[in-house]
Amino acid sequence: MSSMLLSTMRGCSVSPSWAVRLGARSLSTTAQLHAQVQTKSKKTLARPGVKNVVLVEGVRTPFLLSGTTYADLMPHDLARAALQGLLQRTGLPKDAVDYIIYGTVIQEVKTSNVAREAALGAGFSDKIPAHTVTMACISSNQAMTSGVGLIAAGQCDSIVAGGVEFMSDVPIRHSRKMRKTMLSLSRAKTLGQRLGLIGSIRMAHLSPELPAVAEFSTAETMGHSADRLAAAFGVSRVEQDEFAVRSHTLAKKAQDAGLLQDVISFKVPGRDIVSKDNGIRVSSMEQMGKLKAAFIKPHGTVTAANSSFLTDGASAVLIMSEEKALAMGYKPKAYLRDFVYVSQDPKDQLLLGPTYGTPKVLERAGLTMSDIDVFEFHEAFAGQIMANLKAMDSDWFGQTYLGKKSKVGTPPMEKFNLWGGSLSLGHPFGATGCRLVTTVAHRLQKEGGQYGLLAACAAGGQGHAMVIEAYPQ
Amino acid sequence: MSVLVSLNGRRRIYEVKGDVAVVRINDPNSKVNTLSIQMQKEMAEVMDEVWANDAVKSAVLISSKPGCFIAGADINMIQSCNSADEVTTLSQEGQKMFERIEKSPKPIVAAINGSCLGGGLEFAIACQYRIATKSKKTVLGTPEVMLGLLPGAGGTQRLPKMVGLPSAFDMMLTGRNIRADKAKKMGLVNQLVDPLGPGLKSPEERTIDYLEEVAIEYARGIVNKKIPIRKEKEIQDYVMSFEFVRNQIYKTVHSKVMKQSKGLYPAPLKIIECVKTGVEQGPVAGYLSESQNFGQLARTSESGALIGLYHGQVACKKNHYGVPQREVKTLAILGAGLMGAGVAQVTVDKGVHTVLKDTTVSGLARGEQQVYKGLNDKTKKRNITSFQRDSILSGLTGQLDYSGFEKVDMVIEAVFEDIHIKHAVLKEVEAVVSPHCIFASNTSALPIKDIAAASKRPDKVIGMHYFSPVDKMQLLEIITTDQTSKDTTASAVAVGLKQGKVIIVVGDGPGFYTTRCLAPMLAEAVRVLQEGVDPKKLDALTTSFGFPVGAATLADEVGIDVAAHVAEDLGKAFGSRFGGGNVEVLKTMVDLGFKGRKSGKGCYIYQPGLKTKEVNPDIGDVLEQFRMTPNPAVSSDSDVQYRLVSRFVNEAVLCLQEGILKNPLEGDIGAVFGLGFPPCLGGPFRFVDSFGADKLVEKMRRFEAVYGNQFTPCQLLLDHAKDSSKKFHK
Repeated sequence: MSSMLLSTMRGCSVSPSWAVRLGARSLSTTAQLHAQVQTKSKKTLARPGVKNVVLVEGVRTPFLLSGTTYADLMPHDLARAALQGLLQRTGLPKDAVDYIIYGTVIQEVKTSNVAREAALGAGFSDKIPAHTVTMACISSNQAMTSGVGLIAAGQCDSIVAGGVEFMSDVPIRHSRKMRKTMLSLSRAKTLGQRLGLIGSIRMAHLSPELPAVAEFSTAETMGHSADRLAAAFGVSRVEQDEFAVRSHTLAKKAQDAGLLQDVISFKVPGRDIVSKDNGIRVSSMEQMGKLKAAFIKPHGTVTAANSSFLTDGASAVLIMSEEKALAMGYKPKAYLRDFVYVSQDPKDQLLLGPTYGTPKVLERAGLTMSDIDVFEFHEAFAGQIMANLKAMDSDWFGQTYLGKKSKVGTPPMEKFNLWGGSLSLGHPFGATGCRLVTTVAHRLQKEGGQYGLLAACAAGGQGHAMVIEAYPQ
Repeated sequence: MSVLVSLNGRRRIYEVKGDVAVVRINDPNSKVNTLSIQMQKEMAEVMDEVWANDAVKSAVLISSKPGCFIAGADINMIQSCNSADEVTTLSQEGQKMFERIEKSPKPIVAAINGSCLGGGLEFAIACQYRIATKSKKTVLGTPEVMLGLLPGAGGTQRLPKMVGLPSAFDMMLTGRNIRADKAKKMGLVNQLVDPLGPGLKSPEERTIDYLEEVAIEYARGIVNKKIPIRKEKEIQDYVMSFEFVRNQIYKTVHSKVMKQSKGLYPAPLKIIECVKTGVEQGPVAGYLSESQNFGQLARTSESGALIGLYHGQVACKKNHYGVPQREVKTLAILGAGLMGAGVAQVTVDKGVHTVLKDTTVSGLARGEQQVYKGLNDKTKKRNITSFQRDSILSGLTGQLDYSGFEKVDMVIEAVFEDIHIKHAVLKEVEAVVSPHCIFASNTSALPIKDIAAASKRPDKVIGMHYFSPVDKMQLLEIITTDQTSKDTTASAVAVGLKQGKVIIVVGDGPGFYTTRCLAPMLAEAVRVLQEGVDPKKLDALTTSFGFPVGAATLADEVGIDVAAHVAEDLGKAFGSRFGGGNVEVLKTMVDLGFKGRKSGKGCYIYQPGLKTKEVNPDIGDVLEQFRMTPNPAVSSDSDVQYRLVSRFVNEAVLCLQEGILKNPLEGDIGAVFGLGFPPCLGGPFRFVDSFGADKLVEKMRRFEAVYGNQFTPCQLLLDHAKDSSKKFHK
């Protein structure tokens, strides 16, 4: 009953008044573990009939510029390293997980279910099923929320979710014509047939197909779209460069202060131990200003320095039902609460996921922008972040495209991506989601906040947002 | 720091942004900007201010209208001139203005978003630099040739310098629109700007702002010498420096034009002449030649005819029947043949859910493949992406039964031309559709009221006569009966307009308007064949009169069986007036399997892959069987031509007399766009006006003396012959 009432209320377009919502929440007298909420003035987001899902731990390999120390590995090696790091960090028995889910974008064809290969390689019990999901830059978000779903549905109690991306080596294919010839060749029976097929190969057949970070539906590369998006919102080159410098500066500070606790050390076979992200570069505005436009030439504003760079890296999180975590003696870091996926026009609104996702998830959770203490947005491009901020600050955009009475409102910068972001730390497509979740949890602990919100955009014009609640200290 | 100079009421307003003057073109009285006398005057004033203002170092020329830079010169301005000299003066004024722009001491950047055509393009190429948006709406071109004119404000002189002789000829002689990306490759524009999506303003508004911002940046860049405005010498320029190469080009282009136009259109030849004069004898001679030829062309009957067609086309792209009560969101087509599938193709790509129903799986598969192929060809030409193709096709449902027809808003039947079959499907459809659903018949000859006789709701029955191939032919003939409701007509016109058609709405009757005009001409063609004229000769006679397709080839294209069917039906309805050739000729051909192009044999033999076609050798025997002796008094080449044309024209005038046609304009549009009546003559009615009704009647009387009532001029034509002041077009 009460949950029905709640869901109808949540369905209302206007967010319910504080009093009514509190009243509704008070119906949930049977809700377990209510007492554990910390004694801040804010209430908890625990909901009757909905299991509490907690983040126990989150780790990641150092994120490295592709083509550097990880260059000779394979994707599952990185994922393996993250999984082993998680095992080490948590002391989790290797058979105490019900399911493993990984997200990845550009698949190595040899290990298309990279979750399974990595799990086996990391020493997890071979009795644990594993699957791989893909949803562009929010692939590991999808891995985590799939896990949350399994826990909420009572299917599993403990899940390892993660993501991996390896851009040092990507599958480059023969041309379609060449592939067709080669496949026919394998079926040819006589020498004559074989020679005929070989003879049919032309120079043009030999040109390879390179994977492009381009939308299939529009054939536009993401950087190009980001440049247009920035222009549509009137984001200047200087604004973008400033934001990029901010990201690198904050990342450097966080790295130096040892705040990036999710990073594990990784002994790369044949190479040194890697224990730090290597893409953080604090540059002056003059240096930033010298770069030429990378996509829309020559008058574009998106440059290599104000975009996230191609990155190798993997991440992993351990999520459990709260009872299970407590029963196993863990001290959870945070609750994973409401989340939403959104999608919109892949041509002109490719990277506006956060603008669409943020108000939606806030409404679901019954929170407002001012309730949030920690914001972590995925920084695909400085121009994309600035465009999203301007979209959220625009009454016209809110009314015309979000169906709101007025603007969404922008996150205050003093709460926003304070430990750097994808621009500076790096962005291994499939792995970024877990980094965001873990960072929100760590920042909530460090800064003493209660609610965190993460949001990310993804290729295909999709987006994701999630509300995270600090676990009582 | 920006100073807004208030110039109320002006089409141009200029604003100084830093050291760049932004001149905005915006005709307050029209949806598009055109170069009128008023605008030219204001332009001169504004530019004088810009040149005199010391704070201004450069200028940007931009339109405030989304989707239109400058659509061209004002046609009315040219038409209101009373002599060639007056038009020549207009041209020279335009040349002078653009010369001042070209020689501007302060660089001018043309920022192009939307159509930049004719005089608009001539304006843009006089500027020092051009930036265009990559929007689909941005097209550049010199369509003057399609109006029987030439680019008369320096276009014939500047364009060859800018894009080279071959491309310039291609642009000016075909008049085709060039998309921005192609224009960049050709060197017609210097830089491209991407259209933007929504931001803090609507996509259209923001794109114009962005274009302006980028153009200002470039204008400054040119002043600071950071951006070069001279194009680099290419190999082509080197090749063109040889006189014999140029002469070869003139020769080739000239012979191509002669082959295609049969010398019936003066404008293309004048364009070649102007370009040649300019390149070989220098700009003074070139500009003079351009302005004088422009003046002469504007006074030709060909130009008058083509401009008339242009106005007619604009008028026939409007819905004169109001807004229909319900928008057609789902359209069903019965019969997935050539016609049915063609209609499906032009409907589904407009976002209308389209149901294609056939009775057999093989028929349906063929039809769906035709739609796919049509869209895939667009993909190959890069008009749409493969993704767009797929998402368009998702709107097409192929089926063999009537399931889901209760959601259909309009049914167009394209089944076999047999009144019993038509009645059967009409009843089947009415049993399943909802009450608001409209039933349209794509018949080419059966009277709609006969079809509607089987209907429970004759107010919802209408005729929609498409022309094959549907995706290429622009015309749609809509036929209303006395019982057809106005809302049904409005809805059919709305659907046709959505499909991109030029629409005429005519009254009901056997053969309506178009088929009824064509039938006597084809009957005459058969007689001409029977009189021993070879199909090739017949084709040559018709094409040299200006028909794009010869009469024998046209019969093959229409289908000999269809022609036989129509000839018989209309022969019954109209009697001996529709006689001439023996219908048995066509019937015998059908019996022998010579059904025209679709069966591989007709008057000609068609072999896939072969471009040239040979006369069907067996047709000689058929014709021999029905041989008639020609009367030498009416069998000269010219007489044969006028026998064919006069029967067409007389029938058209009779349609107007009988009220099948509402006005001569629709008659001209229908004949030219549906049947290929010579565009240089502007349609049967304009032809009567320009040729003289009296002269035509005189010819017909001569033919009448030999052949009888087939050549009896109708009353309306006789009225016009009696009184030379009577004209169909004012």
